[in-house]
Amino acid sequence: MPPVPTAHYVFLSAALFTIGMIGVLTRRNVVIILISIELMLNAVNINLVAFSNLLQSVNGQAFAIFVIVDAAAEAAVGLGIVIALFRNKETIQADEIDLMKW
Amino acid sequence: MLNEYFSSVDLLVLKPAILLTLFAIGVLLTDLMLEPEQKYLNAVMALAGVGFAAYSLGPWPLGLQHQMGMAGADALEAFRGAVIVDSFGIYFMWLFLIAAALSILISIRYLEIEGEHRGEYYAIMLLATVGMMILAIGMDLITLFMGLELMVISIYILTGYLRRDRRSNEAALKYLLLGAFSSGILLYGMSLLYGLSGSTDLRIIASSISQRPAGDPLVLIAVITICGGLFFKIGAVPFHQWLPDAYEGAPHCVTAFMSVGPKAAAFALLIRMFLVPLASVRDVWLPLVIGVAIATMTIGNLAAITQSNVKRMLGYSAISHAGYMLLGIVSGNENGLKGIMIYLMVYAFMNLGAMAVIVAMRRKDIIGDEIDDFAGLVYKSPTAAVLMLIFLLSLAGIPPTAGFIGKYFIFLSLIETGHYGLAVVAVLYVAVSLYYYFQIVTSMFTREATDNVVPALSPGIRLALGVSLAMTLFIGLYPNPIIEVAGNTVASILR
Amino acid sequence: MSNGYFENYIPILLLAGVVTLLAVGMLLLSYLLGPRRPSKEKLAAYECGVMPTGDARQRFSVKFYLVAMVFILFDVEVIFLYPWAVIFHELRMLGFIQMILFIGLVLPGFVYLWRQGIFDWSETDTSEWPDTPPVTLPGVSLVVPNVVQEATPFSGGSQ
Repeated sequence: MPPVPTAHYVFLSAALFTIGMIGVLTRRNVVIILISIELMLNAVNINLVAFSNLLQSVNGQAFAIFVIVDAAAEAAVGLGIVIALFRNKETIQADEIDLMKW
Repeated sequence: MLNEYFSSVDLLVLKPAILLTLFAIGVLLTDLMLEPEQKYLNAVMALAGVGFAAYSLGPWPLGLQHQMGMAGADALEAFRGAVIVDSFGIYFMWLFLIAAALSILISIRYLEIEGEHRGEYYAIMLLATVGMMILAIGMDLITLFMGLELMVISIYILTGYLRRDRRSNEAALKYLLLGAFSSGILLYGMSLLYGLSGSTDLRIIASSISQRPAGDPLVLIAVITICGGLFFKIGAVPFHQWLPDAYEGAPHCVTAFMSVGPKAAAFALLIRMFLVPLASVRDVWLPLVIGVAIATMTIGNLAAITQSNVKRMLGYSAISHAGYMLLGIVSGNENGLKGIMIYLMVYAFMNLGAMAVIVAMRRKDIIGDEIDDFAGLVYKSPTAAVLMLIFLLSLAGIPPTAGFIGKYFIFLSLIETGHYGLAVVAVLYVAVSLYYYFQIVTSMFTREATDNVVPALSPGIRLALGVSLAMTLFIGLYPNPIIEVAGNTVASILR
Repeated sequence: MSNGYFENYIPILLLAGVVTLLAVGMLLLSYLLGPRRPSKEKLAAYECGVMPTGDARQRFSVKFYLVAMVFILFDVEVIFLYPWAVIFHELRMLGFIQMILFIGLVLPGFVYLWRQGIFDWSETDTSEWPDTPPVTLPGVSLVVPNVVQEATPFSGGSQ
């Protein structure tokens, strides 16, 4: 059984990345935007692991682990800020966050 | 040599960063034991950390610079080439330590007024400094990415530090969402670079990229995504929307810090990426950088005119300064890069000075960041008004001050490389910038004071103002030392 | 890309088809043939054998999110242990010391959270978070249904 070609992984990653990007740009719920950003980072992880497998180099896998940790840190800080904002404003809709003009 | 994975050079190279990390953890833990009126001890401890880091970095025995001189090396490589300390890295590490020290000095009183004086603030500021340092010495995609994220995540937290203030929350949220978005884009480009070369070492990536055929679509996508991510981090148009909001909403002292440290660190990353892995595809990114630089100067300068909030105006002025500095990348010769180096160092002093005055304007019940708050400042506190005038003149780039030196080298390099049109545009925008900086000046000197509350010049703010003023004038009047240092720095990255 | 590449997917498609057919068929048959005698208990939402307590679509206490954040962070720190554990023998003593250092960096964060009272779920410090309604004790919901308005970290979203 031949392995899945690397190009397929790259296309999958590009598709996921694009979906995440569109999500960030079009959605208005902050939590959904955070999820879209996670999707972008995971697209990067697919890329890294696929290249790591193709090139027989372990750096890509190490990089992917660091990306996962970074995504978690970002999500935690993001949730913290959302909670702080929600206490003061009672909304998580990005277009209602309008004290300063965008 | 400890073993094949780890050597004593590794420890030496990271000593400043390790010390800062230890002090950050120390501040975090001792803060739990301090009474509310003892919180200033956190600042003292954080300053001590910066001091120790400076000592371990400097030309003294045990210092990194001293050890490098002893070894007779131009650069120290550590962690199998993932970290490289050369004059470039040391210059930036000094810049970050100065920015951190001055920011801590102006924070103490401000946080007391806001009633949010906690140890976390200083701990996170030190950790952000660690991230910047790693960004300046990293030579590997993973190292650079971790340094970048350590820096920006710390800054997100600092931006939202006033958690009961809605403006602070909103600024932090916008910064975080757009910052994480741009990190994702940058990361995607990095993953493509890794795929093209099979290595995360910038030098190996550079040689693989130079062997790819011209117009390779993968290289093209990698360059564009990396440029997008980097332009975002320095706040260049069209990725600048986060910057005025983050500057306006963040606590005054955090605005001071993030306008200097993270900006310089982002430029360190940008210079490294453009000069090492992407050097051979200069034809691809040069038009992008030229377009972005012009747009950045235009939007930054024109939008600053209409602002009524001083912090927001300084945010737009920071955007325009990023545009000027990008011009140094466009010319890309020795004088251009030297100009960026000097510009960043000078910008640290003059912008921190101007922000220190704004921090002093924050008093009980007065936020003090509107232009109207500066009305008649000269009658209330002549010192603060004159200092603000000097810093604003320097920001505009008027000759006897330091701001002129940075702009001079960048414009010189543009003329040397034949970019006459760009030079003319840049000089025209300097004239525009004079207009909005003088809105503050006219408010300070010609209008009547609306209240009698004098600015609160605490000892920390006095010290920070004194250092900023001394350096702004010293570099302006006697620029030879910094030109020489910047020359060495540029030589070390162009090698 | 070899010629027979996509043929590899034929068994998978076959399996997917059979499984779908089987599942849909079973559901359809029981729907068509089974007797239906609805009662109050049968129509109630199934909650692991516990009496249902109110609607699932209710707002969670903010404490729940704090716990979620802390969980994410400590959960992900563990990821660094995996690659280290794989080559633990090769790294020998130095690897061990390095991991001790890593844990030593995570530990102050834990101590900090502990002293800040993040793990103290039973009492709500309302002076710290004035807008938060007090969190009801877990376990009460098992005895008296329809009392708990706020989900607690322990009961999660299952209410």
